[in-house]
Amino acid sequence: MEIPYTSKARPDTGLINAKLGIWLFLASEVMLFGALFSSYILLRVGAVEWPHHVLDVPLATVNTAVLITSSITMVMSWASLMMKEFKKYKIYMGATILLGFVFLTIKYFEYSHHFAIGEIPSKSTFFAIYFTMTGLHMLHVIGGMIVNSYFWGPGSKMWKTEPERFTNRIEVAGLYWHFVDLVWIFLFPVLYLL
Amino acid sequence: MELTHPEDIKKHVKVYITVFVSLLALTVITVTISYFNLSVVPAIVAALIIASIKGSLVASYFMHLISEKKMIYAALGLTVVFFLVLIFIPLLAMSDRIH
Repeated sequence: MEIPYTSKARPDTGLINAKLGIWLFLASEVMLFGALFSSYILLRVGAVEWPHHVLDVPLATVNTAVLITSSITMVMSWASLMMKEFKKYKIYMGATILLGFVFLTIKYFEYSHHFAIGEIPSKSTFFAIYFTMTGLHMLHVIGGMIVNSYFWGPGSKMWKTEPERFTNRIEVAGLYWHFVDLVWIFLFPVLYLL
Repeated sequence: MELTHPEDIKKHVKVYITVFVSLLALTVITVTISYFNLSVVPAIVAALIIASIKGSLVASYFMHLISEKKMIYAALGLTVVFFLVLIFIPLLAMSDRIH
């Protein structure tokens, strides 16, 4: 069975189906993270005291820069395909995946340090919401890396047969990846700086 | 996004790089402000304004929302409404008599 509107836009929406699909999915993701941000506000306004700068700000700043950099390498991988430069695509997409690994490695060191000194989710409301929000975000990073790795490796064969469709796939994967970056842009000040 | 010519893409690449540098600069600014020991309300306002600017840059340029189709704007408009409802729900708890 052939999937309709994978490379040509559907006349009534003006969009390829995958693009509308990913945006609807991202809308549901906004609600998922929105519920957690809402919970955070509720917990914080109800708390007698709230810790300030107890997390590793310099390390998280580096991680923010890593994720922002991965966003530009992701958009550059799509731009490379638009310019018909497949080799550049491979380099930029490879860099995006590697930066994902760097982000996870830094997060691993952060988590290990917390666990070592007994700062586990049950320690306080702050650590409960910190681990819930960053943990869910980390799962999203891992999910994006799996998809990106597929498009870097076996999935990239499509470039030879259906280049337009493959380019659209990278744009859609990019939309998801940028959303993951966007969530972190709000998580970082909310959890680390305020 | 209606981009078909490599020349158009090259122009966009310059925009992406500008956005990238702005995002890094805003990150440094928000971290610096957090060490000023501002009182709670100004600190929250400053951090959220900077995060919103950064978020808008990512959504507008990296996610191409600056030039998207109406269908996507409609879906996202609805999402924004429900998101705001969700975020302001805790305020109801604050006005609760028990609280």
